[in-house]
Amino acid sequence: MEENAIIRFKIIAIGGSAGSLDTVLRIFQTPDLPVSSSYVVVIHRKNDPSSILSELISARTYLPVKEVEDKEPISPGTIYIAPSDYHLLIEDEKTFSLDSSEKVHHSRPSIDVTFESLAEIFGDAVIGILLSGANADGAEGLRKIRDAGGYTIVQNPATSEVGYMPQQAINLKAAVEVTDATIIPDTILRLTLNAER
Amino acid sequence: MKGTDLALLRDEDLELLLNEIFISHGYDFTNYARASLKRRITRIMVIDRLPSFAELYYRVKSDENYIPHIIRQLTVNVTEMFRDPHTFKVLREEVLPVLATHPFIRIWHAGCSTGEEVYSMAILLEEANLLHKALIYATDINAHVIENIKRGIFPMQHMKNYSENYILSGGRRDFSKYYTAKYEWAKFDDKLKERMIVATHNLVSDRSFNEFQLICCRNVLIYFDKELQDKVLTLFDDSLDKLGFLVLGSKENIRFTSVASNYRQMENKEKIWRKMR
Repeated sequence: MEENAIIRFKIIAIGGSAGSLDTVLRIFQTPDLPVSSSYVVVIHRKNDPSSILSELISARTYLPVKEVEDKEPISPGTIYIAPSDYHLLIEDEKTFSLDSSEKVHHSRPSIDVTFESLAEIFGDAVIGILLSGANADGAEGLRKIRDAGGYTIVQNPATSEVGYMPQQAINLKAAVEVTDATIIPDTILRLTLNAER
Repeated sequence: MKGTDLALLRDEDLELLLNEIFISHGYDFTNYARASLKRRITRIMVIDRLPSFAELYYRVKSDENYIPHIIRQLTVNVTEMFRDPHTFKVLREEVLPVLATHPFIRIWHAGCSTGEEVYSMAILLEEANLLHKALIYATDINAHVIENIKRGIFPMQHMKNYSENYILSGGRRDFSKYYTAKYEWAKFDDKLKERMIVATHNLVSDRSFNEFQLICCRNVLIYFDKELQDKVLTLFDDSLDKLGFLVLGSKENIRFTSVASNYRQMENKEKIWRKMR
């Protein structure tokens, strides 16, 4: 994979809970999102099998959007959504897997589970973004992305709809950067443009 | 539950542990999907307060009674009645009428865990007036969990959810008529288990044991790697009548597997396939 060898961030991972939907949609309506990265989205939502989240995102981007099925291949330039009622894991650099085991932080999918798995498999090639939410899920996972050398962005709790989740991440020193939701798309573009190695 | 720490477990340690469980106890987890397996093992270490892999390994080597616990923890036992109600609606409305034309119906719930879906199926068959001519085989690797199927006792706290699922699946009766509530437990009608055959069966190492018109195996294959998925799907293929039905979990798929070309997915996005040859 010659091409991949020069891409600094193979994965851009976004986790959020209450109050995060608008920011997620804002990110994906950004023109010129890099097609060399894969996007992984874990949003807490009611246990609802319909694919409303995928539809909302699809309507704002021409990147393909997929709700992950078991052993789905990981391709660049694609937005992957953690399906409701499953944990989303990374089997190896090319493959997702799913797990319907116990909830973590009362959540399935759990952001911690996916972030931790991304950190383990992709190491420093991950940008982790944690958004608004009323739950502690995601903070530890984000810290693991940071520990593995990845770049981590936390939505500013003061301007988040619900500041608890991002504040937990800041308390754990999981944030490389704390920023307002409106700035996050530019941050992604800045990081991915300057980050070829 | 709080998070795990995958860093506690190196890949070499994992191989060592899986080898030991296989050689000394005959359970082969080597083709389980790695990401989930590592999570489960680190989870065991957290719950059992084992600070390092060495402590876990020592316990496995020295304590015979610890193995059943490990097996239980490594195999995920999350299930519910009428999970994904729409799948059960399609079973009720489109699959059972086909099965009704057979003089005798054999159904296999493979990896059925504590049996919630087995009872759901029995209820569907009962309501279609087919239970008397059906046999439902319920199997799982885990002897401990299938004991529950014979008892037919489930936690009362889930009944509200199950009742809602039942209605969404097209059920028109009063769901609470199927069980007797006693404190925090619901004991299901013995009539539902009259046509059940409950046994341990290991999908990794055991063979086909009968021919079925319907095989239900939901959220089991997700824990296997692709090689083992292929092997188990071949086992199902060998155990399924022509024109029989295969039902998988809502995020499982047989495309990209070796048996895919023999099957046609039903035209409603549900994870139900029909064996065409």
